[in-house]
Amino acid sequence: MRNSLAVTAPPASGPPIDPGSVAGGPRRHRDDRRVAWLFLAPVLVGFAVFYLYPTVRGVWYSLTDYSLLNTPSYVGADNYTKLISDAQFWTSLRITGYYVLVNIGTQTLLALGLAALMHRLTRSVVLRATLLLPWLVPNVTVGLLWMWMLDTNLGFVNHLLSAIGGEPQGFLQNSDLAMPSIALINTWAYTGYTALLLYAGMLQIPPHLYESASLDGAGEFRMFRRITLPLLRPILALVLVVSLIGSFQIFDTVAVTEKVVPVGATRVIYLYIYKQAFTYFHMGYAAAVAMALVLILGLLTAVQMWLLRASRSDLT
Amino acid sequence: MTPPALKLPERNSMSRRLRAAAALTVAALALPLAACSAESGDDGGKVTLNYWLWDDKQLPAYQACADEFTKANPNTTIKFTQTAWQQYWQNLTTQLASGSAPDVWTDHASYYPQFVTSNQILDIQPFVDKDKVDLNQYQAGLADLFVKDGKRYGLPKDWDTMALVYNTKLVPDASGLDKLTWNPGDGGSFEQAIAKASVDAQGRNGLDPAFDKNTVKVYGFLPEWADGSQGQNGWGDLAVANGFTYLDKNPWGTKYKYDDPKLAETIGWFKHLIDKGYAPKFDKQSTIGRDATMDSGQAAFTIVGSWTIGTYLGTGAKQQYAFAQLPTGPAGRKTAINGLSDAIYAGTKHPNQAWSWVKFLGSSACQDIVGDKAVVFPAVKSGTDKALAAHKAAGRNVQAFTDQATASGGTFFLPITDHGNEVSQIVQDAIQSVVVGQAAPADALKKANDQVNGLFK
Repeated sequence: MRNSLAVTAPPASGPPIDPGSVAGGPRRHRDDRRVAWLFLAPVLVGFAVFYLYPTVRGVWYSLTDYSLLNTPSYVGADNYTKLISDAQFWTSLRITGYYVLVNIGTQTLLALGLAALMHRLTRSVVLRATLLLPWLVPNVTVGLLWMWMLDTNLGFVNHLLSAIGGEPQGFLQNSDLAMPSIALINTWAYTGYTALLLYAGMLQIPPHLYESASLDGAGEFRMFRRITLPLLRPILALVLVVSLIGSFQIFDTVAVTEKVVPVGATRVIYLYIYKQAFTYFHMGYAAAVAMALVLILGLLTAVQMWLLRASRSDLT
Repeated sequence: MTPPALKLPERNSMSRRLRAAAALTVAALALPLAACSAESGDDGGKVTLNYWLWDDKQLPAYQACADEFTKANPNTTIKFTQTAWQQYWQNLTTQLASGSAPDVWTDHASYYPQFVTSNQILDIQPFVDKDKVDLNQYQAGLADLFVKDGKRYGLPKDWDTMALVYNTKLVPDASGLDKLTWNPGDGGSFEQAIAKASVDAQGRNGLDPAFDKNTVKVYGFLPEWADGSQGQNGWGDLAVANGFTYLDKNPWGTKYKYDDPKLAETIGWFKHLIDKGYAPKFDKQSTIGRDATMDSGQAAFTIVGSWTIGTYLGTGAKQQYAFAQLPTGPAGRKTAINGLSDAIYAGTKHPNQAWSWVKFLGSSACQDIVGDKAVVFPAVKSGTDKALAAHKAAGRNVQAFTDQATASGGTFFLPITDHGNEVSQIVQDAIQSVVVGQAAPADALKKANDQVNGLFK
């Protein structure tokens, strides 16, 4: 019989009792809130300085003409009206959408499969740690590594392809293959991490459900469909939302490989924002594009949460 | 073991926690501040000037200049920062935006307009007038590249031109290579030479009707497609040799002419090389760059700048190479000539010292030192002579670059305008879309030209 005691059970014993506080009879009521604020302060200061303040500045910049080197001057909604008729903005959104579709699709399916295998078949810690390895590699390294492995003339992948009689492919230099290639590279990098999150979710499903189902003669596939998937829904929704937002923010892999990709076939929205801000020095316009992305991501998240009824679990 | 702090009375432990938390907060705040406080200092008459450049190969030469400079001006020391080309301009811009840019930086003709427009470069014309700097000591035209509306934004430091480089093992017969002709119709004797150097898996060359373009072992020509809006490393030189001009006026034109049929013909000819199998398809090129592909012996000819002399004739080269002048087109033989300058930051705290340093960098005293090291052709003519002598002493034949530079009407300047970065992206995208077969040359270039000229409205 299988159980998940090691993971879900509460700690076996409470914290060691402080002799000083027990001796004085009933504990004096203590208000920790002041101290709590102090401990929160570093995080709050960090949040304010590195997130809140830049966001507010970003909103302001999006309403200005700002080149990084001049003083921002207010131009009202000019940047936003320009945005609507900017073909490159829409192209980069379309490219990003394509990327997200391929990346999230493959990544979630693979991760679900892996998590189910780990859940029902083996719980080897070594295996779990191994799955995380690609996620630990910095994204820039991932980009460079795969760029070399996928090289048309010297890459290992094309070497393998030739060995089995295939034609060498310029994976990143072909405008049709470049975006799917990047999406799959990031699937490689993030599947293990996603699988672990889903696996942790699966551990919350009471094991007795599986026991009774198997007593009733249900096979593994049926249990996966009828028990695992429905009860995993809130976790799956959360993982989907988080990885979708992350996926929309694809930047490093694309930025590293961009120079070998023709006609900007992988010029995703983040790269477009970056170029507008730091290559063309249109900080104001870049901020407007970023605000549009915030809006899109907010909407997508809301829709997803609603569709998957993420806030309700069938377990309770 | 229980740490002693837990045994203290409650109040005391609380205040400790308070203090600890406060200390953490302060530390968290102070760290980033401490990291930003390094800038040029003025230490009792002693001045440290920050100087930026991107080429690591040139660093030793300019360090030698700085040593000479400090010998003559003991109160001024030069602090070098070398950043790779890929990061150089972004770093510079962020430093400018934060008001802590280097006092003097190496500038590029195509990149400096944006800094002029945003008032970041000091006008040195008053200094030039006061010190009576002789602008005739420089290679013709270079000093004027850095002038706008009577204001001068730098003194020239070096120049470069373009030439053909070829692998002497793959092109054993060098006869006639100094007199190559080219036209976008049949490609002239240049295309013949390229075809002859292309070899397929069966050992047939490109002139053989049975040449198999799907199993090419050696490409006759290796083009550069990440070449911005200028095509300095290939299409630009040939297009100008075909009668193309980029702009209504250079520098500081406001109307580009990328829709010129003479450019479309040139790009069309390059596409034709690919279709014939004489040049690699875009997705069959290696991602590691042209120098490495040439070094692997997979291509015979390519067009390179004089800054690569060390790469091809130096000790690190894995193949034997030689240079030849670019082919002569319908409008003559043309090479892009480009120059770098040294710019002074408008916000520098030490304009006088910075000017002394820039004046020294632009003088024969420094450029002769640089010339002796033969890493670039210095802008001062005597420095170029030194560089040539150094190359000759080392047995390197670099005539192809210098002959073309001195030939009458043999050079053209690359376009200098506002919006350089965006123009670069738009035109490069258009040309790549032709190369990968998504669009016809004339259509793609017409569209790009409209987009480019839209930037100037």
